[in-house]
Amino acid sequence: MVSQVIFIVFACATLLAAYLVVNVNNLIHAALWLVASLLGIAAIFVLLDASFMATVEIVLYIGAIAILIVFAVMLTRRVMEDIGQQKTDSWWLAAALSMVFFVSVTLLIWNTNWPSLPQGDVGDTVLILGKSLVDPDKYVIPFEIASVLLIVALIGSIAVALPPSDDNK
Amino acid sequence: MSVIPLSWYLIFAAALFCIGLYGVLARRNAVAILMGIELMLNAVIVNLIAFWRYNDPTNVSGQAFAIIVFAVAAAEAAVGLALIISIYRRQNTVVAEDINLMKW
Repeated sequence: MVSQVIFIVFACATLLAAYLVVNVNNLIHAALWLVASLLGIAAIFVLLDASFMATVEIVLYIGAIAILIVFAVMLTRRVMEDIGQQKTDSWWLAAALSMVFFVSVTLLIWNTNWPSLPQGDVGDTVLILGKSLVDPDKYVIPFEIASVLLIVALIGSIAVALPPSDDNK
Repeated sequence: MSVIPLSWYLIFAAALFCIGLYGVLARRNAVAILMGIELMLNAVIVNLIAFWRYNDPTNVSGQAFAIIVFAVAAAEAAVGLALIISIYRRQNTVVAEDINLMKW
């Protein structure tokens, strides 16, 4: 009962914050609501016994990506400020499409028999996860590819975001 | 303490995904579109972690997959925001429908 109430509270808070992310006119406020929504998701991870994922969610999403988005909003501020139309003219089509998708997925989920929660403690998943990420028989190749992807994205984004040089103007 | 059914997590993730989808489709500002994409990726990660927990928690493939998704999301955010800032410098706009130089 207690965990169900906690889940409903955090889920509703997360969804409300997410709704505000897509509906608030001021983009800085939208970015801050995104932070609130990510915090709620971290709480959901705690409820799922995924402590490491909750930490990564806070450190990586709130600490890095959300702050990056805040900076991007500030750097591109003058054009759209807080006035001006923030939604496309066919936003109702987008809303209808998302509602249809949500209703159909929910019906699908509701009419499926899902496994119940396995009994017993989850154990030290951080230890198992850390070992499996560097285990050649498990996930060392995806792990290394992810590191290569990150360094490529880092160098690529620096190259893309450099100011345009004067000679090709 | 009674348990939460798996379907609750899945419906929560579906709702989060659909809110993100609405943000991606309805927003005009490219940075706001990226925020919608972040919400959608987070919904997917919630699903992965929920399935990991409700199958066999000693098999951490679900969490490993979620970590890869995290890395991809970080790369996507960095490259996407760099592109937006570059476009803003050259074209002085962040409105998605004005960025149509390569539109066929």
